[in-house]
Amino acid sequence: MHNIFLFIRRFSVFILFLILQVVSLYFLFSYNRSHRARGLGIAGGITSYFNRKYNTLEDFFTMQEENRRIHRMNDSLMNLLSSNFVNADSGTVIFRDSLMRDSARAARQYLWRSAHVVYATAGSERNYLQINRGSSTGIRDDMGVFSSNGGLVGKVVNTGKNYSQVMSLLNVMNKISVQLKRTGSAGILSWDGKSPSELTLNNIPKTDSVRKGDTIVTGYYSRSYPPGKMVGRVSGVFRDKGSNFLILKIKPAANLTNLQQVHVVENLADAALRELDSQTQQMIDKKGGNK
Amino acid sequence: MSDLVRNIIRFILFVFLQVYVLDVMPHLHQLVNPYIYFLFILWLPFYMKKGWVLMLGFLLGLSIDYYAMTPGLHAAAGSLVAFLRPFIINLFAPKDSTEFSYKEPSPKAMGWSAYLLYALMLSFVHNFYLLFLEWLSFGSFINFLMKVIIGTAISMLMIVIAELIFPRKLKFRSNTV
Repeated sequence: MHNIFLFIRRFSVFILFLILQVVSLYFLFSYNRSHRARGLGIAGGITSYFNRKYNTLEDFFTMQEENRRIHRMNDSLMNLLSSNFVNADSGTVIFRDSLMRDSARAARQYLWRSAHVVYATAGSERNYLQINRGSSTGIRDDMGVFSSNGGLVGKVVNTGKNYSQVMSLLNVMNKISVQLKRTGSAGILSWDGKSPSELTLNNIPKTDSVRKGDTIVTGYYSRSYPPGKMVGRVSGVFRDKGSNFLILKIKPAANLTNLQQVHVVENLADAALRELDSQTQQMIDKKGGNK
Repeated sequence: MSDLVRNIIRFILFVFLQVYVLDVMPHLHQLVNPYIYFLFILWLPFYMKKGWVLMLGFLLGLSIDYYAMTPGLHAAAGSLVAFLRPFIINLFAPKDSTEFSYKEPSPKAMGWSAYLLYALMLSFVHNFYLLFLEWLSFGSFINFLMKVIIGTAISMLMIVIAELIFPRKLKFRSNTV
């Protein structure tokens, strides 16, 4: 017994070192799997306070560019207003329906909220943003995030009370299903960790005629993003000799290294779809597997 | 200013420098990962207990981690640097006297060549371990090696610049020397 205490005393620093290593590696690998960090709630409160301070300073220098971008976006929306169009037939009369919601049309599925980016890393292989909206204003995990010019930015991975974290497209763990607008074929968008202005699109078959400058939009089968939203443009087409697929280099539409205002989009049908999913899973489990 | 206050201010300044300057600026090249925050551990006083250095290294790494959103990554590297620091200081301890006449490791206290070797070894260890942990989950081996070499060079450059801009002359109040 005495010897054990002597041993612990002698190697106390080394034992402490081992404990700290195990703790930090456990944090790291459990976070890499799930993106839910332990203790982030407490630490997030402190870091986001400083991030907000830093952000007000940063805004002083960069807000002008952002204003210009938002103005352009507004401009394009203004052009869509019905008041821009006149009815050629002067005999028709325009009615305004007194119902709040047009029951003849489909119900709303996506709801957009604006948010401010308070912190963003640019140089690492795993880039994240922090935005100033959290669960208190209706943000949940897996919501899509778009830039102020309408380009895809990423996905919410962790929600705090007033802040949440967004995994940027510039994150090597990001895999997003997108499609070519012209041909409609779907592929997987990822990032190789190198240049921030170059994403990689795989799984587009070689039979597709892809040209430089083709538009890439979000795919149909996602719960996070509305379909058909701008992602980027093809900047290079390479043929993979080993398979039947092309490797496309994509230039993202959003300026991912310089984001200030973003839109968070909520899929209102998300809960229903999830529920359906888990019910199906339960039914399969009850039958005892897929026999 | 007491050592405690000085080191608390340093801690905050190093975290902010790393998080709000080096991490948010667009990097010159994809292989360039500038890290300077661990200089805080290198600058801790000689007389500090090993266990405390270790705890501070871990805490420093963890506070960087919560900004960079990589829980545990910098904490692991920071505690490794803090653990190895006493051994490397012992390598360069002057043979004739048992104590340093200066409080902290600095070019004045150890001599430029010994100090640079001390900084080089620890910054290599830091970058190697940090990038190794990153490489485990993503990246190619060549990329990893290049990053370690370039990152260490950048860290050393920044350490030398920091030493030249902020020369520290902290002597013990004693009659030796």
